[in-house]
Amino acid sequence: MPDALMPDARGHFGAFGGRYVPETLVPALDELLATYLACREDAAFLARLADIQRDYVGRPTPLYHARRLGDKVGCDVYLKREDLCHTGAHKINNALGQALVAKRMGKPRVIAETGAGQHGVATATACALLDLRCDVYMGEEDIRRQALNVHRMHLLGARVLPVTSGTRTLKDATNEAMRDWVANVRDTHYIVGSVVGPHPFPMIVRDFQSIIGREARAQFSEAMGRLPSVVTACVGGGSNAMGMFHAFVPDAGVRLVGVEAAGRGVETGEHCATLSVGRPGVLHGSRSYLLQDGDGQVLPSHSISAGLDYPGVGPEHSHMKETGRAEYVSVTDDEALVGFQMLSRTEGIIPALESSHAIANLAALAPTVPSGGSVLLCLSGRGDKDMETAVSALGLGNALNGGQR
Amino acid sequence: MTRLMRSLEVLRSKGDRALICYLMAGDPTPARAAEIVVAVAEAGADVIELGIPFSDPLADGPSIQAAGQRALNAGTTVPVCLDIVRQVRRTADTPIVLMTYLNPILSYGLQRFAADAADAGADGAILVDLTPDEAEEWQEAAAAAGLGTVFLLAPTSTPERIRLVGRLCTGFVYCVARTGVTGARVDLPPDLPELLARVRAETDRPVGVGFGISTPEQVRTVAELADGVIVGSALVNVVAEAGDSPDAASAAAELVRSLKAGTRRA
Ligand SMILES: Cc1ncc(COP(=O)(O)O)c(C=O)c1O
Repeated sequence: MPDALMPDARGHFGAFGGRYVPETLVPALDELLATYLACREDAAFLARLADIQRDYVGRPTPLYHARRLGDKVGCDVYLKREDLCHTGAHKINNALGQALVAKRMGKPRVIAETGAGQHGVATATACALLDLRCDVYMGEEDIRRQALNVHRMHLLGARVLPVTSGTRTLKDATNEAMRDWVANVRDTHYIVGSVVGPHPFPMIVRDFQSIIGREARAQFSEAMGRLPSVVTACVGGGSNAMGMFHAFVPDAGVRLVGVEAAGRGVETGEHCATLSVGRPGVLHGSRSYLLQDGDGQVLPSHSISAGLDYPGVGPEHSHMKETGRAEYVSVTDDEALVGFQMLSRTEGIIPALESSHAIANLAALAPTVPSGGSVLLCLSGRGDKDMETAVSALGLGNALNGGQR
Repeated sequence: MTRLMRSLEVLRSKGDRALICYLMAGDPTPARAAEIVVAVAEAGADVIELGIPFSDPLADGPSIQAAGQRALNAGTTVPVCLDIVRQVRRTADTPIVLMTYLNPILSYGLQRFAADAADAGADGAILVDLTPDEAEEWQEAAAAAGLGTVFLLAPTSTPERIRLVGRLCTGFVYCVARTGVTGARVDLPPDLPELLARVRAETDRPVGVGFGISTPEQVRTVAELADGVIVGSALVNVVAEAGDSPDAASAAAELVRSLKAGTRRA
């Protein structure tokens, strides 16, 4: 695992991060931090994690030169294939790491929040593997649009607890998971699913996800003898992006571009382009950019992709926006659907709607890529879970039979 | 927080305990809420905890979540809450401690909030998701404005943290009775005496105990252990049942009278 330059001892990434929680949770966060730091230094823990990553998750995931996609968008594109991880998305990297830490703390029960259901499935999977009890909070709206993942979690032995408050999506599922944790903190570990939450979660999740960028950087430079010009990923809470970016942070010549969800358009107010149009605030335990109204009330968000549908973002991204180390742009639901189809048609890879946002932004990125340069894109997950949403949004069904080549 | 300290002192000298009543500002409407607070003060509440609604109250159970949502729907903002304090101050001198989450206050501005809250007549504030670890700027702002700061203690707090919180609270220490969110419960936590003993061993501040206390019997039991007994969801539920009607104030007052009996020396 990388030597973390950031955060500081209290979890601050510059002006962001920290720990804003009810007092009840402070001792548990201290215990988690101490255990995690011990794990990070423990050869046996690291060896176990490496074994699981190789034999169970299927790491290293391939780096794939997407030539037909590149021709279509007008720049050279490489895909880091996190969609080929066991369970179909990068979320498993973090879930397994944290489940091992939970095991070490002797906590028999795990809870998680989930939006797209990928983090829920990953957590349920890790809990099945490591014999932990697992309860997953999921908004009713997401249970509807990601039904396949609900069935997977059930099959894996997890309980899925529907959340009916607020917007019935990821934000409210996170509220409920936090409430559960406050009540059951003595025997329960909360596996936070992205680089959000109180310290030490943003650091822990980043560290477990940073294998994406470490592998990709090594694979790319071995194949090409140089580094990519641009590294890009979609940003919900920001874990696949941070996992991808982190190894490249010291490479000053490499542009880092995060792609947020503009939903129906940032001007409509129905979006989750937190870094693009939010302002700093405190939600779910850390200080970061936040979609909020003038009175500091958190605004409901919207995205066609459940995994990006969140009004907050990880504090380290806020810091990287502030320092200018990374840039953040956004693409709409409609553009994401174009990206979704484009990768399917050009490469035979059906991406998750979340990852489709990063694909969709390639066309805008292409003219800014220097000639001879390449874009490295984190393909965070596969699209099986999104079939129903995509079919109804695109009006496909039989009409699409045969395609529009 | 002299008014708050004075009032706790007076009670202590009589051997009484403080009844601390939580109400959500702006529930069901700002105008109604001011009436309810005054009625609750007149009925014998020794301290009023006035909630400022937040969209994502992650330490609250269903009752206070719903109350916050009703208040937000009725247009309750920080300035509206401060206005309620001002209205109450026209008729009642009962100490008022504002209780909310950090984000609405950050958005309003820490310094500006501390100054405006003190000016409106509030005595202190509790920010549920702000522990002493991140509270430096807030404490400076509150101290400069003469606004008291109350922090929470929990059953999971270590002796070091009990001392830290005891040192930083002006007024009383808010001891959360159980690991969990707010909301009326059938039973008191069995380990409450042991928790209070641990707290008393580390701090000589007055201790208020809350979360899950709702009936006169529970108030009486807790009053034997603590300096103050905090009742929230039970009152909020009475307000919810009455809806937007004058009955809300009288129903809340009636409950407060029955609760207050439990904090007087037998
Ligand atoms: C495939 C996929 N990509 C991306 C995300 C967004 O999360 P993050 O920004 O933390 O990577 C999700 C979340 O569920 C996801 O399932």
